[in-house]
Amino acid sequence: MMYDVIIVGGGVTGAACAWALSRYDVKVLLLEKEEDVCSGTSKANSAIVHGGYDAAHGTLMAKLNVEGSRMMEQLARDLDVPYDRCGSLVVCMAEEDRPRLEALLENGVANGVEGLRIVEREELLAMEPNVTPDAVAALWAPTGAIICPFLLTIAMAENAFVNGVEFAFNTCVTGFERLEKGWKVITDKGDYETSVVINAAGVYAGKLHNMVSEEKVEIVPTRGDYLLLDQQTHGVVTHTVFTLPGAAGKGVLISPTVHGNTIVGPTAIPVEDCEATATTAEGLEQVTEKALRMIPKLPLGQVITSFAGLRAKTPEHDFRIGECAEGFVDCVGMESPGLSAAPAVGRMVAEIVEKKLALTEKTDVVTTRTGSRHPSELSLEERRALVERDPAYGQIICRCEGVTEGEILDAIRRPLGARSLDGIKRRVRTGMGRCQGGFCTPRVMEILARELGVPQSEIRKAGSESKMILGVTKEEAR
Amino acid sequence: MKHVQVLVIGGGPAGLAAALAAREQGVEDILILERDGELGGILNQCIHNGFGLHTFKEELTGPEYAARFVRRVKEAGIPFQLGTMVLEVGEDRHVVATSREYGIQEFTADAVILAMGCRERPRGALNIPGYRPAGVYTAGTAQRLVNMEGFMPGKEVVILGSGDIGLIMARRMTLEGAHVHAVAELMPYSGGLKRNIVQCLDDFGIPLLLSHTVVDVQGKQRVEGVTLARVGADRKPIPGTEIHYDCDTLMLSTGLIPENELSQSAGVALSPVTKGPMVNERLETSVPGVFACGNVLHVHDLVDYVSEEAAMAGAAAARYVLGGKAAEGESIPVAAKGGVRYTVPSAVHGGEGIIPLRMRVGDVYQNKNLCVYADDTLLIKQKKRVLAPGEMETVKLDLSKVTGCRQITVTLEDWA
Amino acid sequence: MSVRNLTCIGCPLGCPVSVTLDGDRVAEITGYTCPRGKAYAEKEVTAPTRIVTSTVRVVGGSAPVTSVKTASDVPKSLIFEVMAEINRAAAQAPVEIGTVVLENVAGTGVNVVATKAVEVAK
Repeated sequence: MMYDVIIVGGGVTGAACAWALSRYDVKVLLLEKEEDVCSGTSKANSAIVHGGYDAAHGTLMAKLNVEGSRMMEQLARDLDVPYDRCGSLVVCMAEEDRPRLEALLENGVANGVEGLRIVEREELLAMEPNVTPDAVAALWAPTGAIICPFLLTIAMAENAFVNGVEFAFNTCVTGFERLEKGWKVITDKGDYETSVVINAAGVYAGKLHNMVSEEKVEIVPTRGDYLLLDQQTHGVVTHTVFTLPGAAGKGVLISPTVHGNTIVGPTAIPVEDCEATATTAEGLEQVTEKALRMIPKLPLGQVITSFAGLRAKTPEHDFRIGECAEGFVDCVGMESPGLSAAPAVGRMVAEIVEKKLALTEKTDVVTTRTGSRHPSELSLEERRALVERDPAYGQIICRCEGVTEGEILDAIRRPLGARSLDGIKRRVRTGMGRCQGGFCTPRVMEILARELGVPQSEIRKAGSESKMILGVTKEEAR
Repeated sequence: MKHVQVLVIGGGPAGLAAALAAREQGVEDILILERDGELGGILNQCIHNGFGLHTFKEELTGPEYAARFVRRVKEAGIPFQLGTMVLEVGEDRHVVATSREYGIQEFTADAVILAMGCRERPRGALNIPGYRPAGVYTAGTAQRLVNMEGFMPGKEVVILGSGDIGLIMARRMTLEGAHVHAVAELMPYSGGLKRNIVQCLDDFGIPLLLSHTVVDVQGKQRVEGVTLARVGADRKPIPGTEIHYDCDTLMLSTGLIPENELSQSAGVALSPVTKGPMVNERLETSVPGVFACGNVLHVHDLVDYVSEEAAMAGAAAARYVLGGKAAEGESIPVAAKGGVRYTVPSAVHGGEGIIPLRMRVGDVYQNKNLCVYADDTLLIKQKKRVLAPGEMETVKLDLSKVTGCRQITVTLEDWA
Repeated sequence: MSVRNLTCIGCPLGCPVSVTLDGDRVAEITGYTCPRGKAYAEKEVTAPTRIVTSTVRVVGGSAPVTSVKTASDVPKSLIFEVMAEINRAAAQAPVEIGTVVLENVAGTGVNVVATKAVEVAK
């Protein structure tokens, strides 16, 4: 099978490339080693859209961050992704750090970020009453936003799929062979041929790059530990609040999420293993300590989960996007703000491929997507009408998040539907609440097994080795 | 919009007993809303014995205990809806519920009884470091899978937390062929009953590691191992004391939390200690006509006491809707002191009758007197050889003896 | 003479009780602080028994299993023999509370009975 383009990696970068390319008349395949899109870095990050003042002026990172941030609101509307431009604040805690705050402002202005200004203590405390009164000033970025990173990735992938992009999951790329024209992509599930390869492999992108290029790159997976707080903490901050990186080291952020939780993190701990997403006690302690310094009243007793994600950092601390070998397009070093930049990255990659393959635009592109209907977001009358049409939307499965059977069925049945518990969780939030799946896990397993037509013993949390149950009782009597 | 005299939210042991008591007191129009597919609540998965010694003077399993109440509810002709989850309890006891069968329903009730039970504390709340693979289960989730659905969540198990469900599951998993390596408990004492430690752990040679916690979870996709470590007096792990277990399952039994989202939507004041509603001697919350009982009020260790408490709430709700006399006089706060963490009720009115005053202590105490004072007058003094956080204590409070006093104090005092 | 150390389960105190055995005969019991403790220790050492609870496979039922118990206590030493028979047993729906699913389990003279009703599958 010959493809025009093979995208390696179904994270937010790969999904954005697929989304952008699906506007063209082109045969695209996306390969993902896990069972679903959004299974690596894209599922474990701060869930924010950076304004673009932080990335150093003149870098590709700065350019794409600002462009991505500008594209995001419309994209979120088109693809029905929860997004809220709540604005962000970078809080300066000591007078001697003020020059750094001013430098950040200058950098942001140079990057073209709109609306930046420094707010003094009084205004800051009026905006965020829970910030410590010890704070001196803050950089206010009204374009900062929060987003659901799962649904952004899933929605772009879904939309690409609807527009003809093929997806192959549980398929791990192990090597490349140069063909006369293009590449043979070798995977653990067989080989594929393509004119162009897009390397969107996240923390593995360096490894893939080094398979085809003499000029080696190094990716240092950098772990970020996070805490997620109960929705009851909603309102403790109403903007994304960062600590200004200062003498005390790199900062942390405290932010509302689009679902009403509060997220706190991250650390930045270099690790060797590209799958080393284990949190550590020290990491979590670092996060809480820094967060409490800025928001002394942060209700840390309301933590519902902690997790870690890996950022694909390079020593240069910039995105590397472009052909590193004939027909091999890198997206390397897609660390933060990779999520914010993703739409712009997708567009840039699509433009590279368009020129290369002389692509033509399709006329029948589906540009919008309707997400799952959530009864909990409807008025009582709309909800009543929905349940009358489809009674499955009347049956609550996840109590904490109020997720109905109808939503779970939709998550499984929609294009590129969920195949695992985590896949359902990322689409419709089952088990995402305060009991963390205690009550709903057995029920969701049952529904998924029924829908997929497999025994419940085959249901997995995420990957192929993540079976939820390891046997049945009374085996001898069956 | 339907009108009901007494609406009971939850068809577990508390809701069933409350509904029955309301009916016995003469309320005709009662409705029980149950979110699960059957009545009985969590008892349906508690297949071990040890229930009902107080209520029925015999030892029953959870499903048998539940079945007796379910039968009585059916015999009494009290209507109930299954698969029906209450979404909101609003002002004036306006209740919205959703279900597959009945769609979106709105009710107004003269009285609402909150009986939603509790949930388990998840891993996240404990900040256990490590990976987040499949195979980390709360004990109750595992209990449902094993006892009701016939699945084995794992074969090689480490349990964190020695609450009764954890101990019971150690035995259940062992009997079903799993290997339970150890039960670790953060505190220097177990939160479970002695009987369960002996019959669920000692009987099967399962070690109980007091003052231990989980410091790492290995396995990227499925649990592959768990590391425990001893903790010091500050409950922080002591480096160098790590013990590693190869296992496929980590089971958590680290505490139960009353499930009060609806109570909050109703505007009910909650206790920061119990996380349940603050109630008076009628088990009435801060919102008139809204009553609470069972594990949503405070977490119990014996279902018999849940039934007893719920019957009080049901009877009080009945009196409320049938136009009984409202509580008169000043509300007298009950102060929990000297090692007593809380009492239920947390305030009472003087008057007639004897009510149970239930409480828990915050640590293990030996050779103490459990004392109740009305202002400075000693009303009750009970000699206790031992008090433990895992065992609820009850004293009978004569309301006529507290009439007119400003404060009731419950405290522990040394012997002699 | 041999010594067995037990924890009394009578109350939260959990007294450490020592039973000295002369062959099968109880020679001395120490450490108990109430008569219940002494009686418990004696029985626990000479003839310990337990109620065994588990589940049994149901054929044609609305649920895959029913919960069961031994109708009375069985010798503690036979718990796993009892379990082995329970594991092989099957009950035909409908099952009522009290339905005997196994007679004379492991030769104990005790029946295993259902503790939960299971209807016929629809």
